[in-house]
Amino acid sequence: MSTNYEDRQRGGGYDGDDDGDRRPMGGRGGGRRMHRRRVCRFCIDKVDLIDFKDVRLLQNYLPERGKILPRRISGNCATHQRMLAEAIKRARNIALLPYTTD
Amino acid sequence: METKRQYEVVFIVDPTADDEVPKLTESFSQIVTDQGGTVTKAETMGKRQLAYEILHHKDGTFVLLEIEGSGREIAELERRMRVNDRVLRYITVRVDEDRRRAQKLKERRARKAAKRPERGSHARRGPAMDFAEASE
Repeated sequence: MSTNYEDRQRGGGYDGDDDGDRRPMGGRGGGRRMHRRRVCRFCIDKVDLIDFKDVRLLQNYLPERGKILPRRISGNCATHQRMLAEAIKRARNIALLPYTTD
Repeated sequence: METKRQYEVVFIVDPTADDEVPKLTESFSQIVTDQGGTVTKAETMGKRQLAYEILHHKDGTFVLLEIEGSGREIAELERRMRVNDRVLRYITVRVDEDRRRAQKLKERRARKAAKRPERGSHARRGPAMDFAEASE
């Protein structure tokens, strides 16, 4: 079972840091990375609070494997990614979301 | 004076003891009020499948309690839930700080919006349309 975002990361020139920037690395794959540029959806919706009981919302950020979707893929801002991660971890604790799926 | 703290407590009840859910909720609420807290909301979220097995159970009934108090009633409540084998799992989250922060952000946004309403796209489109009408 391959999580496709990992493949994409290897294909495009991933610049080795997690600061979420989208500058092309020069060379192959740079253009494709630019194409995926996204902004934080929580900022657009003006979300101030992410509820750990909102399973439908949290599931969007949990690919098949059950790992938390990294910021460089989702495009979330740091603040909201932190809130999201916290909420997912709480939901996992009370079995609303899985720790792993295989 | 210290402001009251707000908590959200979610606990999972053994699905084979489904009929005990109202009784359990009632007794837990009683514990909280005995310790000087108040239950602002008690809600059964219904039976749902667990994301993973807990004590060989595949599903459970989720109950949400919203509690306001000093924190002492939470300690007592957690102690009771820990020893109760009908409760498969519980989680307590302190929410007042996050809610206050959210409220502050909301207010700040409202203030900003009030300060310069002309920045909205509607406002920008508005005068242009007026101008077009006037010239006709």
